[in-house]
Amino acid sequence: MNIASILARKGGKVATCRPAESIRRALALLAEHNIGALVVVDESGRPAGMLSERDIVREAARDERLFARSVGEIMTRDVIVGVPEDDLRAVRRTMTERRIRHVPVVVEGRLVGIVSIGDVVKAELDQYLGEVDTLQMQVGSRP
Amino acid sequence: MPPPGTEGQPLRVAVIGAGPAGFYTVEHLFRQPGLSVEVDLYDRLPTPYGLVRFGVAPDHQKIKNVTAVFDKTAAHPGFRFFGHVELGKDVTIEDLRAHYHQIVYTTGAQTDRRMGIPGEDLRGSHPATDFVAWYNGHPDYREHRFDLSKERVAVVGVGNVAVDVVRILCRTTEELAATDISEDALAALRESRVREVYLLGRRGPAQAAFTNPEIRELGDLPGADVVARPDEVEPDPLTRAELEQSGDRSTLKKVEILREYARRAPLGKPRTLTVRFLASPVALHGSESGEVTGLRIVRNELHPTAAGTLQARPTDRFEELPAGLVFRSVGYRGVPIPGVPFHDAWGVILNDKGRVLEPDSREPRSGEYAAGWIKRGPSGVIGTNKPDAAETVASMVEDLGRGRLLTPSEPESGAAQMLVQQRQPQYVSWPDWQRLDALEVARGRASGRPRVKFTRVEEMLAALGR
Repeated sequence: MNIASILARKGGKVATCRPAESIRRALALLAEHNIGALVVVDESGRPAGMLSERDIVREAARDERLFARSVGEIMTRDVIVGVPEDDLRAVRRTMTERRIRHVPVVVEGRLVGIVSIGDVVKAELDQYLGEVDTLQMQVGSRP
Repeated sequence: MPPPGTEGQPLRVAVIGAGPAGFYTVEHLFRQPGLSVEVDLYDRLPTPYGLVRFGVAPDHQKIKNVTAVFDKTAAHPGFRFFGHVELGKDVTIEDLRAHYHQIVYTTGAQTDRRMGIPGEDLRGSHPATDFVAWYNGHPDYREHRFDLSKERVAVVGVGNVAVDVVRILCRTTEELAATDISEDALAALRESRVREVYLLGRRGPAQAAFTNPEIRELGDLPGADVVARPDEVEPDPLTRAELEQSGDRSTLKKVEILREYARRAPLGKPRTLTVRFLASPVALHGSESGEVTGLRIVRNELHPTAAGTLQARPTDRFEELPAGLVFRSVGYRGVPIPGVPFHDAWGVILNDKGRVLEPDSREPRSGEYAAGWIKRGPSGVIGTNKPDAAETVASMVEDLGRGRLLTPSEPESGAAQMLVQQRQPQYVSWPDWQRLDALEVARGRASGRPRVKFTRVEEMLAALGR
């Protein structure tokens, strides 16, 4: 299974913001969409960074006047980007090892979606549940 | 008037497509506590079960046991089957909106992805799914012909469809005769002159989609020696590093099974099945009369993406593989339903957790949903559709609670029945299907087969006395 199968049922909407926008605005977006990270995109819509809850918490602990500062100042610039063909297993391993919770997905540089570690784990779990169910059926322990 | 979903006014749902996703959707709807619901399950074919009947290989009868679960769902008093009723032909989406509170599309991934290489449309080059539908007796494919007088066949892809196709090509007549393979296919395969079958994987064995039981089965074929190349089954350094680190036992096992195949000495069985890796066709060659004669293959190597997937990259090494018959099995995609938003890049209905979205606003469209392959693309096994359907049904129940439903003018089961009766008087009900089922099983009994399928719609209707 690959990233495409997750994106296919997420509607293709990605919450994004610009580097020049304020942290206040970014927080409003995170709250509005009930999500943990925003993809920061440049004028041409290419991912320029990620802004996660972690980034904000880390900075808030240092600077109480954080809200008025810009996204570009505190975002994570070194972003691992995925492609729709990426295997879930490989993506899960990369996310776990490098402690990343969100991977923006691009096609030829264009942002087409985002997957969270929760999405990846759920998709793998559903796959395993399905396999178990089908195997049980074959050995006749069900229905 | 009481709100839909309560005793006085059951929630009325139309599910389009009676395959696994359709049945699991119905099952989850019936399981909702305190929900009064009636479901009409439509299919354009007279027979239910979708790919369990027309996709699952005939020599894998046990997988078909899942129909017992579907039959249990069908026994619910709120269930009706409207077989041989096609959306867009016999009934329209407008008709459904006038009779149901919710509509769920579970139409699957009905077409294959193309390889996008020269020569793909030469005579003798087919989508593997056409062959599968044909040997499984799908009425739309019964006139298809595959030239089994050719000695060499190449199957492109290493997913479960590709593995099914090579296995069926390598089965002996005796083995096939014990299955519910279609009569036509059995007769054609009995005359098969296929001697050499090639299975071509783009990446290495560790990345191949087939499962360990599937690949093991290829090594146990009475009628075919399995062959693999030592240099191709041995994981490259990147794969080896990944396996050492992950300790993924089932992948290690997969590699081990293939290593063992590479060590085997041929036993002189009538057919040879060669499993190839790191090889992609770049063109099909043809004769002057337009018949496929072989494939030009490029050898691939693996390189990692940023997120860590090992992907195939072509090298400058090529080889020629003669073959008179080619089956492609490199992926599938959904077919758009007119009037329902479609996401072309993913090949699915545009949706969010099963809710159909408007293409421009990406806001949910009231009362329309998707589940199964038409929702998430072709991935997973039959059982994977169960959690998938559960997600869609959860969206449906949430929307019901918020009053986000269609507002049908005639939400009565009698009205829907009248509509179907009027538009397709030859529709097939669940009791009708049960009669067909019993007849098929009876036809198989004499020859010791699980069933002998009806493969013509007229034949089915005639058997029902119409």
